[in-house]
Amino acid sequence: MKSTRVLTAALTLAAALSAGGWAQAQEQITLVSNTYRTGAFAGSGIPIADGMRDFITMINARDGGVNGVKIAFEECETGYDTKKSIECYEQARAKGSVMYLPWSTGATLAAIPRAHIDKMPVMSMAYGLSASANGETFPWIFNPPLTYWDGASIAVRYFADREGGFDKLKGKTIGLVHLDAPYGKEPIPVLDALAKEYGFTLKLYPVAPTEMQNQSSLWLSIRRDRPDWIYLQGWGAMNPTAVREAGRAGFPVDKVLGVWWSGGDDDARPAGPAGKGYKSLSWHQVGTDFPLLQDVIKHVVDKGQSQSPKDKVGDSLYNRGLYQGVLFVEAVRNAQKLTGKKVITAEDMRRGLEALDIPAERWKALGLEGFGAPVKVTCANHNGHNDAFVLDWDGTKWQKGSSWLKPLSEKVQPLIDQAAKDYATQNSGWPKRSEACDQRS
Amino acid sequence: MYYRETGQYKTSYIGDMAVFPIRQDRIGIALILLAAYVGIPALSSEFVLKTIMIPSLVFALAAIGLNILVGYTGLISLGTAGFMGVGAYACYKLTLAFPEINIVVWIIASGFFSAAIGVLFGLPSLRIKGFYLAVATLAAQFFLQWSFVRVPWLFNYNTSGSIEVPTRTLMGVAITGPTASLEAKYLICLTIVVLLTWLASNLVHGRVGRAWMAVRDMDIAAELMGIKLFEAKLLAFAVSSFYCGVAGAMAVFLWLGGAEAGTEFSIQRSFVILFIVIIGGLGSLIGSFLGAALLVAQPTILKFGLPAIGIPLTGANAEHINSMITGALIIFFLIVEPLGLARLWQITKQKLRVWPFPY
Repeated sequence: MKSTRVLTAALTLAAALSAGGWAQAQEQITLVSNTYRTGAFAGSGIPIADGMRDFITMINARDGGVNGVKIAFEECETGYDTKKSIECYEQARAKGSVMYLPWSTGATLAAIPRAHIDKMPVMSMAYGLSASANGETFPWIFNPPLTYWDGASIAVRYFADREGGFDKLKGKTIGLVHLDAPYGKEPIPVLDALAKEYGFTLKLYPVAPTEMQNQSSLWLSIRRDRPDWIYLQGWGAMNPTAVREAGRAGFPVDKVLGVWWSGGDDDARPAGPAGKGYKSLSWHQVGTDFPLLQDVIKHVVDKGQSQSPKDKVGDSLYNRGLYQGVLFVEAVRNAQKLTGKKVITAEDMRRGLEALDIPAERWKALGLEGFGAPVKVTCANHNGHNDAFVLDWDGTKWQKGSSWLKPLSEKVQPLIDQAAKDYATQNSGWPKRSEACDQRS
Repeated sequence: MYYRETGQYKTSYIGDMAVFPIRQDRIGIALILLAAYVGIPALSSEFVLKTIMIPSLVFALAAIGLNILVGYTGLISLGTAGFMGVGAYACYKLTLAFPEINIVVWIIASGFFSAAIGVLFGLPSLRIKGFYLAVATLAAQFFLQWSFVRVPWLFNYNTSGSIEVPTRTLMGVAITGPTASLEAKYLICLTIVVLLTWLASNLVHGRVGRAWMAVRDMDIAAELMGIKLFEAKLLAFAVSSFYCGVAGAMAVFLWLGGAEAGTEFSIQRSFVILFIVIIGGLGSLIGSFLGAALLVAQPTILKFGLPAIGIPLTGANAEHINSMITGALIIFFLIVEPLGLARLWQITKQKLRVWPFPY
């Protein structure tokens, strides 16, 4: 008897596991997004997930969804682990999600080879594989608004501006403090090329993943080398440690510029007053001084539907999650317009993403005037290589520290095309693009 | 009542020394194999195949490898994931260099590269034991993980630093790469695991295995009895790393489909496999399977199974509960039943033999 009961329970469970795909109501668009609210990087993952969740909740509450169709939003927890991300990818497919948001480079790399087979558009927002900016090779992968290579070139442009022109970079030294992993090493080819072009010296300071919180000797050698600028491509616990150790070693922290993933509020805050002047790249504003964010507070946060503490709303990473939500909703709108359907599929979503175009007026109409630079994705260019700016930490919060800066696209584009070509040749049988293009530019 | 060997006589030494001396066990194994080969691929959804079945097999094989070292020979190793990585990268380089040779051959052959590296890092085991050996193998873990990031030749100078699995076929059917069907991958995985488990079972039941167990129980006594410690220990490292290497190649080629340098074969993965061995049972092959199935399936069932049958549990909470349960299980097994799930399984079988009249 007992064995039958166990068997029944097992069968019920198995049926329940495979039944995920049927539980789809008619008039809604499903989005399953990965999150990492647990694990070593939860500190960054929680505000990002909250921002995205609150924005979608607000769209459902304020507008009744997108053009009247509600977004059925679900989170899938990965803990920043690739094994769990693969489960979440399968879960997104089973639930009929119109898009896959990996939120980690490992998860993106695992999804890229499957995306065109499963017809699942993947968006890795300013992370993932830089080469996937090439839409001819990667029709299903999107990584707007800019790549790490664009980021590094913007950093050099900013250093040049501060020094008084690109010709003044000659003889200067730029240090790259980076995580000793593929993500951290990504800017090296661009910085190498620019170093040759403008005559500055590039010095590398790798930080092993196991040594993220132990950087004192590294910063002592930085102080000895006296670089003029430091570009920080760090992640997780490495960022606050770098800001703190820079101050301790007596290196001027206002000469340290972090990539956008080094620009969380909690990356700068732990350093206390010593962190004042630390800089970070960003492609969206911080704070809540935007009509749309006020709507989020009114419709979601004040009603107690947010998981975020109220004082964290408007934080740098919270707004980044919100930015992802904006890109998603705008792409859904495009897809609805292109297909004439209200409830779109993942394939429609791909077309919608390819038509993504948010000029300054659109940002204003959304209630986010000046929040982000204009974003434009085309069939050939799935990234846009859009502008970014520099944030300044004033000791308690981020302040805008520069105007919008353009990446040095003429340096970055050849690298992207070459990397995309390499990817296609190394993966024998990589398909040629067969997907139609709605608006060839 | 049904599970009793009354009337089954052994008329030869071979029959007496068989791994499964009881007929019911042999029937059971045949049924399990039948279910694994026919039932599961026919009935499971893609989700179950990809997130539970294939990873369970991969982790079970790695756990068998670690069990040979920890459970049978008594040498602690924390470098499992590193050795898995060696297998994965060896397989990647080999199949790119010789694409005409079948990928299954390379998956198995990559184990030999891992074995060679394992022997190298096993050398200190001749002089040091226990915690000190654990630290020495930790060095292997960190050194190997460092190489996967720092030696660009290993990932073919790929700008993203990751390795991607090319499409390879077996008798015209794609078995690796994005276009391969999950059923094909699962069946290849299963075949490799079944064959290697059979090999391991013969090893540990034979002269070699007895030598390992003698070394584990008391190495000085073993040496006095004529067992060469040098050979026994290094052989254990070689065989263990071979299994881990094949498991690593399987993980990348048949399960993940690609690996990001430095994260896939991290120390956390080594720990997970050590937990599988502890929970499953030290010195038991079946324990490796039970432990792997438990540790792979438990988070997936908590996260997707419970919400699917109507128990509301958010993903983040499921993760927290999963960590708590795993931690509690480890402490429970270390204190209450150091021989793990395998021992519980054995006790169940003993009870079944006398059921329904226990004495």
